[in-house]
Amino acid sequence: MSTAPPQRHIGDVLLKLDGISLAFGGVKALDDVSFEVRSHEIRAIIGPNGAGKSSLLNVINGVYHPSQGAVTYKGTTYRQMRPHEAARRGIARTFQNIALFKGMTVLDNIMTGRTLKMHAGFLFQCLYFGKARSEELAHRRKVEHIIDFLQIEHIRKTPVGRLAYGLQKRVELARALAAEPELLLLDEPMAGMNLEEKEDMCRFILDANDEFGTTIVLIEHDMGVVMDLSDRVVVLDYGRKIGDGSPDEVRRNQAVIDAYLGVRH
Amino acid sequence: MGFFLEVVLGGLMAGVLYSLVALGFVLIFKASGVFNFAQGAMVLFAALTLVRLMEILKETFSPFLIALLLTIAVMIALAWVIERLVLRPLVNQPGISLFMATLGISYVLDGFGQAVWGSDVYALDVGIPKRPIVLFESMVPGGVLVPSEDLAAALIAGLLVLGLGVFFQRTRIGRALRAVADDHQAAQSVGIPLNTIWVIVWTVAGLVALVAGIVWGSKLGVQFSLGLVALKALPVLILGGFESIVGAVVGGLIIGVGEKVSEVYLGPAVGGGIENWFAYVLALLFLLVRPEGLFGERHIDRV
Repeated sequence: MSTAPPQRHIGDVLLKLDGISLAFGGVKALDDVSFEVRSHEIRAIIGPNGAGKSSLLNVINGVYHPSQGAVTYKGTTYRQMRPHEAARRGIARTFQNIALFKGMTVLDNIMTGRTLKMHAGFLFQCLYFGKARSEELAHRRKVEHIIDFLQIEHIRKTPVGRLAYGLQKRVELARALAAEPELLLLDEPMAGMNLEEKEDMCRFILDANDEFGTTIVLIEHDMGVVMDLSDRVVVLDYGRKIGDGSPDEVRRNQAVIDAYLGVRH
Repeated sequence: MGFFLEVVLGGLMAGVLYSLVALGFVLIFKASGVFNFAQGAMVLFAALTLVRLMEILKETFSPFLIALLLTIAVMIALAWVIERLVLRPLVNQPGISLFMATLGISYVLDGFGQAVWGSDVYALDVGIPKRPIVLFESMVPGGVLVPSEDLAAALIAGLLVLGLGVFFQRTRIGRALRAVADDHQAAQSVGIPLNTIWVIVWTVAGLVALVAGIVWGSKLGVQFSLGLVALKALPVLILGGFESIVGAVVGGLIIGVGEKVSEVYLGPAVGGGIENWFAYVLALLFLLVRPEGLFGERHIDRV
């Protein structure tokens, strides 16, 4: 694993957060956080536990509405966006505590990712006829491609609830990719994995970024992974942004070192 | 032999009626993981609305058809109101809160329905033939007597189950419903609008309630006790499994046949009345032996 190849083209600003603050009662989860994500970039968010990383992700896809600040996505500014609207605009995500449809098979789970791409009329779907039929087949092809890509062919018919943790994480990524998102939010995609699983996951993330051109924002605790994968890193501590830059810059940033290692008093 | 067949058939027909009510529960449970206590009240409300509208419209060329269309509109509006006022503020809350909310809905609907439409017993006649017909005359001496209204009910229930099965398994909306039942947050993240889905589910449950109301109402008359048929649906659900449409049907049939047969053949030995408790005792046994029911999903939690 090395940093992304130099010929990769990082584009314009895709997502911009401007002075985001978020409070739960008296607790300030986020305090005046601003940063931007450029298209085709892999952007990591790091920080100690409780720094507000997940809250930030939830603001981006509309689960939380910030009390101050605005999110600009593809040139349009939103004060409030609901999760399914975010999905419609091309933002997909995975969750820290896997949120899959446990009773459904892997295949069905990934098919739900295609929800927004299906257009055939309701009646035709009931009858499984005409356009609905060809559409379903086209979606199946796309989904099979993603299943191939993530190497989960052997479990396609297994109910997700029965799978091991690492595989569930992979299925969740597959569902997110099935939506062909422009922006993919990954909340600790490698938590609880062993070394081999982590390496696989890293490869999938890099490949998705490369092959589909997906912009990725990810939260991760494993510093080795973060430094290897990401183009730029945002560092949060107690809801504030304390660092922002390339992995090397962040590594040398004194505020970041203090946050992680503590300050001598 | 003929008599035994008659008892079994009678049981099957009663079972179909139980299944009709149980179906409404299964729908909402599948799509939101909520046990909808208000399903019985919805049956009563739908039947009351229909019967009273038919009375108001009796001068028109087809009171039943017009009243039916209007009642369908009312049930859709009801689903929308419930989503707006009750479910939306409770997104991502634990199931028990939603269950308590449906308890409230049930009382409001009971009271509101009777306040608007009155609380008398109304006869509902939608033109289902009532004359019994005789079957299997060549095979069994004397034949088997079957009430034709029960046959009609069975036919309607069969069609309904078929339609719902296709709806859930074949359509994008069906898959979305199953997704919402599993995980609200994840469903939203793949772009499924939770609120729309809930309106759809409650509408479908409302329409199933309407069908059950028509069938039950034309048999028993439309009255307050119609809401209580919901209590009979509970053991049916425990038997069949809360998530299974097939389970609701099979469970209903088993309970229908079981209670009729045991009433007729065991009743005299214990002084009768078996019909009243048979379903509940059977449900209790099932809870002890196979709590997920015949067709329910077994939930395994990773520790």
